[in-house]
Amino acid sequence: MEINQAFDKICKDAYAHIKRLSLIKGPRISIGMATCGIASGAIDTKKAFEEELEKQRIEAQIQTVGCIGHCYAEPVVIIDHPDSGFPPIFYHQVTPGKAKMIVQSFLIDGDPLFEYLLGATKENELIPQIYDFPRFSQEKRIILQKCGIIDPEDINAYIDGGGYSGLAKALQLAPDEIISEIISSGIRGRGGAGFLTGKKWSFARDAEGQDKIVILNADEGDPGAYMDRTILESNPHQVLEGMIICAYAIGAKRAIVYVRSEYPLAVKMISGAINQAEELGLLGNSILGSSFDLEISVFKGSGAFVCGEETALIQSLEGKRGMPQHRPPYPVQHGLGNSPTVINNVKTIASVPAILNNGGNWYRSIGTENSPGTAVFSIVGNVIHPGLVEIPMGVDLKTLIFDICGGIPDKKKFKAVQIGGPSGGCLSSDFLDTLIDFDSLAGAGAMIGSGGMVVLDENNCMVNIARYFLEFTQNESCGKCTFCRIGTYQLLRILDRITKGQGREDDLEQLETLSETIIEGSLCGLGKTAPNPVLTSLRYFRDEYDAHILEKRCPACVCRSLTAFYIDLDKCARGCDACVGSCPVDAIFTTKNRKKGVDQTLCVKCGECQVACPPEYNAVIRVSPPEKAPIIEKPVD
Amino acid sequence: MSKKAHLDESSSLFVQEEAMLDDIRCKLNDYSVERSDLIPILQMIQEKYAYIAPITIKMVSDHLNIGACEVYGVATFYNQFKFNPPGKHPVKICMGTACHVKGGDIILENFERKLEIKEGKTTPDREFSIERVACVGCCALAPVAVIGETIHGNMAPSKVEGLILGFQIEKEIQARLKEKKEC
Repeated sequence: MEINQAFDKICKDAYAHIKRLSLIKGPRISIGMATCGIASGAIDTKKAFEEELEKQRIEAQIQTVGCIGHCYAEPVVIIDHPDSGFPPIFYHQVTPGKAKMIVQSFLIDGDPLFEYLLGATKENELIPQIYDFPRFSQEKRIILQKCGIIDPEDINAYIDGGGYSGLAKALQLAPDEIISEIISSGIRGRGGAGFLTGKKWSFARDAEGQDKIVILNADEGDPGAYMDRTILESNPHQVLEGMIICAYAIGAKRAIVYVRSEYPLAVKMISGAINQAEELGLLGNSILGSSFDLEISVFKGSGAFVCGEETALIQSLEGKRGMPQHRPPYPVQHGLGNSPTVINNVKTIASVPAILNNGGNWYRSIGTENSPGTAVFSIVGNVIHPGLVEIPMGVDLKTLIFDICGGIPDKKKFKAVQIGGPSGGCLSSDFLDTLIDFDSLAGAGAMIGSGGMVVLDENNCMVNIARYFLEFTQNESCGKCTFCRIGTYQLLRILDRITKGQGREDDLEQLETLSETIIEGSLCGLGKTAPNPVLTSLRYFRDEYDAHILEKRCPACVCRSLTAFYIDLDKCARGCDACVGSCPVDAIFTTKNRKKGVDQTLCVKCGECQVACPPEYNAVIRVSPPEKAPIIEKPVD
Repeated sequence: MSKKAHLDESSSLFVQEEAMLDDIRCKLNDYSVERSDLIPILQMIQEKYAYIAPITIKMVSDHLNIGACEVYGVATFYNQFKFNPPGKHPVKICMGTACHVKGGDIILENFERKLEIKEGKTTPDREFSIERVACVGCCALAPVAVIGETIHGNMAPSKVEGLILGFQIEKEIQARLKEKKEC
């Protein structure tokens, strides 16, 4: 009962606080200010709003929110202006100039500028609702539900939306009841391996040892995935709530947030959230009047991809080089300082409050039989609407890429999708019907992994992509296992020479045997999955490898040693100099009849001239192999 | 540069280094002598001074009572720690997946060519340094370069030239203003 009373009081204060804010007169402007928003210029946009409001003497509240996950639309601004008669409006790509125009015409003249808005955030008769758009309607948001909607620095906003009620409920249950709820939800770890979370918790609960520890793994190192950062920046309290519940369930008194130091804003947000929760008695000693104590600290990871692996993460917490250790013993038995330690990914932990609130069976009803719940992907590359997408498991790849994310820009052809970052694989268009869940993707040779997804079109070279990921894992290999350390280096050398046109006929065979050896001879997930990009691209795009090796040709015209630029003299306009200035190495010369040619000995193949050439001429052409480029004689001075 | 000016500059560098060492020595007292504080200590130095000088490694090893080679081993293991002082305008090239797909390596190469240094190095006049970084988080603007704190999206080789030229012009204007004042 005490817990309910304590929580009711906190809720009442929070509601009152939010109510006070809503009573303030005038429009309310919410600007997305997570890292991605800032990178796209949200700070300038905010400044423009402030200046213009001041200049026009309008009273309005400016609120900073996190990221809504729609990268293509950044900087995002939502304006709630009840007096105008319009619903809250979602504006996209708001530059400082647009911000000033919006203030003038919407806040003063009452015209919401239809050309700049994306939609309304509430149902109405004037403006289409954004939640009806495919990019929104087919999502199912549990983890990202409040991201980009609430102020991440205000705990009241989170509580007002039902936050911390899962914790209040959990504290009135016995720890075993919580664990059985998590087990019945069937949730699997979102960090990549997909281990059953409930099982992990029950192992830790049953493990011997007093000083149990919970670690939040936010060491997101995949070069193309950033959902953990977004969650921490946009709704840190949801993560904290999940951590507290987890600690209570396993009987831990100490918890650590392990977050990359490259994410300064995430560090700031989660640290601020910890302080706020402590002030309200949601953290610290006797939480909500119960007998449960918990202390949460923040540890900044120093940027080593391998530290996402549990045992390596523990090593780095102990001040050592982050090298994975043999398992067993598993961290749930002997983890940090030999104490039983549960290490969970941000997305797993962020799902916990919803499971407690709605029950394990509710969670199980979402997604597929063996992979319940939702998955968050960061979709980048050649796709019209990149960003973060949260979908129920079991949606197929085609729906995700073409319906939700809008497909490939510039009417180009889809070639492949790379799923799971450096550990994942490339799937060709034959696999577009594959369902997204742990087992189906693994069956096709890819994996959910970190949730990074790169969409590739006809102008991407698969060998080059495989080489890119391998270069990454090669750099990040900790060096403990010989096969990973030297094997990935050899793989990279072979791929390197293939992309340079020096591939040998037995290279593909070597790639395969080496890959298998690395998988077998490596201790941790990094080595075991490092050859995946190579193996899958070899399996589905062998013809591209063959073209590189046998014909010394890059079919997508990407590998620079295998391509050349030339200027088609029939198309080139006499006297036009557009390409000359664009060339960073002065490789373009003027021919006798005042057209242009490329000096192949100087050209670095950056492609600037192709961009600079006016579209009405389109005279710069890229070919592979380079011998295809006609030789144009350079006049002697 | 005259000989005197050169001497002045090197002695001022010496003074700066002394101040840095004093400051770090003072700050070390805030940390325990447990090994688990090694990474936080290195992060403190990196965040404040942007690099870890060889002599500071020795200081940290004395503080924690572990070998300097251990400290060096840990510091070199993690990407965050740098051992060269960065330039006045550190150039960071995003090498995330989206930037790679859109030609990030071409941008890196252009900076290397224009500044005549390789990535990870600093120009002799300490104006610029080049570094490759993992995703900076604005994939929609790829390829991306970050100079100082400013993010430059949709980079192109010709933009590289323009950016560096901008800094050089700025520097010349400053120098001229300074000359005028001295006159």
